[in-house]
Amino acid sequence: MTNHYIDLKNSDVILIMGSNAAEHHPMAFKWILRAKDAGATIIHVDPRYTRTSARCDYHVPLRSGTDIAFLGGMINYIVNKDKYFHDYVINYTNASFLVNPEFTFNDGLFSGYDPEKRKYDKGTWTFQMDLNGIPLKDPTLQDPHCVFQLMKAHFSRYTLDKVSSITGVSKDNLLKVYEAYSATGVPDKAGTECYALGWTHHTTGSQIIRTMSMIQLLLGNMGIAGGGVNALRGEPNVQGSTDHCILYGNLPGYLKMPSASLDTIEKYLEKYTPKCNDPQSANYYQNYPNFFVSWLKSMYGDAATPENGFGYSWLPKMDDGKHYSLMHLFDKMYEGKVKGLFSYGTDPAVSSPNSGKVRKALEKLDFLVSANIFDNETASFWFGPGVDPKQVKTECFLLPAAATMEKEGSQSNSGRWVQWKYKAANPPEDALSCADIQVRLMDAIRALYAKEGGPNAEAILNLKWDYKNHNGEVDVLKVAKQINGHFTADVEIDDKGVKKQFKKGDLVPTFGMLKSDGTTSSGNWIMSGSFDEKGLNKMALRGKEDPTGLGLYPNWSFCWPVNRRVIYNRASCDINGKPYNPKRKLLAWTGEKWVGDVPDGPWPPQADKEKGKYPFIMKADGVGSLFGPGMVEGPFPEHYEPLEGPLAKNPLSNQLINPTIEIFNSDLDKVANASEKFPYVCTTYSCTEHWCSGALTRWQAWLLEMQPELYVEVGEELAKELNIVNGERVTVSSARGDAKCIAMVTKRFKPFKVEGKTVHQVGMPFNYGWLYPEDGSDSTNFLTPTVGDANTFCPEYKAFMVNVARRRG
Amino acid sequence: MKDIEYIKLIDTTRCTACRGCQVACKQWNEMPASKTSQFGSYQNPPDLQWNTWTLIRFQEHVNKDGDFKWLFRKDGCMHCTDAACVKACPSGALFHTEIGTVGLNRDACIGCKACTSACPFDIPKYNKETEKVYKCDLCYSRLLAGKQPACVLSCITGALTIGDKETMMKKAYDRVEQLGGKAVVYGDKFVGGTHVIYILAETPAEYDKLPANPKVPASVVLWKNLFKPFTLIGMGAVAGMAALHYLIKGPHKVHEKNEGGE
Repeated sequence: MTNHYIDLKNSDVILIMGSNAAEHHPMAFKWILRAKDAGATIIHVDPRYTRTSARCDYHVPLRSGTDIAFLGGMINYIVNKDKYFHDYVINYTNASFLVNPEFTFNDGLFSGYDPEKRKYDKGTWTFQMDLNGIPLKDPTLQDPHCVFQLMKAHFSRYTLDKVSSITGVSKDNLLKVYEAYSATGVPDKAGTECYALGWTHHTTGSQIIRTMSMIQLLLGNMGIAGGGVNALRGEPNVQGSTDHCILYGNLPGYLKMPSASLDTIEKYLEKYTPKCNDPQSANYYQNYPNFFVSWLKSMYGDAATPENGFGYSWLPKMDDGKHYSLMHLFDKMYEGKVKGLFSYGTDPAVSSPNSGKVRKALEKLDFLVSANIFDNETASFWFGPGVDPKQVKTECFLLPAAATMEKEGSQSNSGRWVQWKYKAANPPEDALSCADIQVRLMDAIRALYAKEGGPNAEAILNLKWDYKNHNGEVDVLKVAKQINGHFTADVEIDDKGVKKQFKKGDLVPTFGMLKSDGTTSSGNWIMSGSFDEKGLNKMALRGKEDPTGLGLYPNWSFCWPVNRRVIYNRASCDINGKPYNPKRKLLAWTGEKWVGDVPDGPWPPQADKEKGKYPFIMKADGVGSLFGPGMVEGPFPEHYEPLEGPLAKNPLSNQLINPTIEIFNSDLDKVANASEKFPYVCTTYSCTEHWCSGALTRWQAWLLEMQPELYVEVGEELAKELNIVNGERVTVSSARGDAKCIAMVTKRFKPFKVEGKTVHQVGMPFNYGWLYPEDGSDSTNFLTPTVGDANTFCPEYKAFMVNVARRRG
Repeated sequence: MKDIEYIKLIDTTRCTACRGCQVACKQWNEMPASKTSQFGSYQNPPDLQWNTWTLIRFQEHVNKDGDFKWLFRKDGCMHCTDAACVKACPSGALFHTEIGTVGLNRDACIGCKACTSACPFDIPKYNKETEKVYKCDLCYSRLLAGKQPACVLSCITGALTIGDKETMMKKAYDRVEQLGGKAVVYGDKFVGGTHVIYILAETPAEYDKLPANPKVPASVVLWKNLFKPFTLIGMGAVAGMAALHYLIKGPHKVHEKNEGGE
């Protein structure tokens, strides 16, 4: 979240799209209801009417996978009806920047596309620069090459008629949402958006989120109380795990994983340290070397020296142009190229797309180590349905793990609040925390390397590896302090004009003090400041003071970065630092300093041409990107159909699907687009009563009683066509597999009118597996395709094609 | 504390049907789960049971204006002032407590099921194995200990709240005024007023299994006024047996399950 849960109460219009907040983020919904109590309009846009829809002002159904068309239509509306916040757009976005005249967009493709590689050369996705290397601008927004005009032309194709025909949303409903939401494009109104997996689980997921970010920039809703683009993230520390690099392309704190061609630290830092010649841009990421070298120091301690590039050469490198997502992992495993798998706290035999392929892939492993609090379908794949244990060569281990309440540590919520929690009970019998399992394993591996040597032994033996207490257990406070970072030498630092002395071993009080010369360490720069230099654990703070009255609660836990509760908060004020909305003063410039939330840097507001800085300090040019060349699909979002959809042609262009997604080609990766055999759009989701794959909750009798087995939600109209009655046993099938389940016939799915024809959509939860309950159902993911977003490789669980048939016997 | 007359308010317009209350009730009262199957609904178990004292009812409803509504209603004991179950109960197992709720002393229950047919809301449920009747006691022991009932504690959205009668009735009517439209308070106009009050968004008759005008059945009134006094003679015998039991076996724990343990 750019903002945080409590801040949802400050909103005037809340668009819930790509999320079933009431069912999956009940705490977020508590604050959404507070906003509603205060008079806010709550809108739910979703293919299915859910428990969230029931509590919103209204629900608007749209066909799965057409969110960019819906939101693109909103951009067109905002621009044409002049609903945008002019002052904000001109000062705080790149709307006025002049784009390279060679940049083009034709028939669904931007300039630079290579169809063979399914990749763009981004050479023309650039700005025109003046002699000083600063982008040329037209503050009148009239130049045909300026971002605003290019954006306007791009989205002019997203007319009401076109969008309605693509999405299946009536024009009345489109206008109802567009009008209500764009009414927040004024200084004293705030609109926010809540999304979750309903947006990320698409081949266009990242671009859906970007389209919304553009809307928020156009309406001046970024950086303000009650605004932002807010990902509602899951209970098992999804925010924390991303912060600490669960994604393959990241190192902790969203630093980049190096690739093979960057074979020296100099090359690496050159590539990832952004440059900007505009003196008014803070370009905060120019500090990248400080963060990265401090991270290397936390990894390798004293072994990391300037002479050896701080141990950069010991890091594993990705092959250039290759990706290492979960889907790639199972694809390579299926090819027989992955020999071993550690599966901790996860059940990919149920939760990964194309379960049939995943389970076959597991059979090709030499070994599988699972650590979980219960057995699950992955750990026990070797005796699953249709598997002959005698034919499986994989050696399988199942380690009993401690549950979350049996561990001390930090847990990060969606609002970036990192909250310390204590252990409620000891784990049963010989169960251990995953950290303990990991440390013991690594101890043994290091002992073996020390004795026998081996490839890249330095990377193993030079690790700083001292995270145990005197009982030989993992000391999580030690780990947390290592993440925060230490001074690794005695230093004197100039802190806003005050000289401060720190001793070797002192904790680093903020990431502004991290250095690239090897005198500091930090396991994750964004967490630097979670302790103060004296060792106070700010994550454990529980102060209830609310000085702004906006619910920031600055003394409750630690919030990264530097306890800033709303990021880009300087954009809540005009260029002189005066709050746009006097009713919700998030921040204000007194003439000497900022008061309110922790500001995005101490500099004066941007009207001060000498010392002032632009508000979007993490962007190289200091402003919000309406033109966003960082994305792999193009600098403007464009609607493409899902990999599998009901249409043979994209109504907007001749590019049917996202031109940059990777296509997996194994014999088990079958696709059936616009096929008569699989005529219905299907989407998958969780239900309130089970958690994720259900691997934890299916064993809980009270939860299972409420949601005992797999079901498919089918609209009354389709059920009538198929002669299916409520509660009947049916089989749902796709080009990849089948799922046996119960039909739930409902008024909550309605057929869509798409390109003149009727399109039915169905939906299924994915939280069942064969292991338990025994007479239950198996994974819904036998149906889903191996394909993902082109930027993140988040799988497309939310839109694919199926058939539904009655089942007898 | 004991002088407070409690009202639990169920604001259906704030309920997201997360069913935290349904689980919290089972947890606090240590009630087992039943084996269920998916029968084409989110509602499960299909109805209140001896081991399910509160249940969220899911109802797909199209109202007279043609508007679709997914109605959620937390069903369970209404704790009537003029409680048919108490009137019908021959053994005194069902009784009015000093805080306005209807208690159930399961040890005194003789399994006659008079209450199950008397209750206008169809709440008490009989367990064939224990030959006893079960229902919500509004977490009597928790209330006496100054704690909220388990369901209220579990409610995130504020759909469930509890407090003294005056405060809660004012809150209910204020909320209905704020909501406008068809919103209505349900519970204070019949059976002497219930101690569980609903705020409904639609008219009561539109809700499944919710009587529009609940009454104590005439047969129960007749029973109470004419015949029940005679049963007290029987009750005397029960008390005598209990005294004898005490002399032989010593004290046993009275409705321990019903009160739960902190």
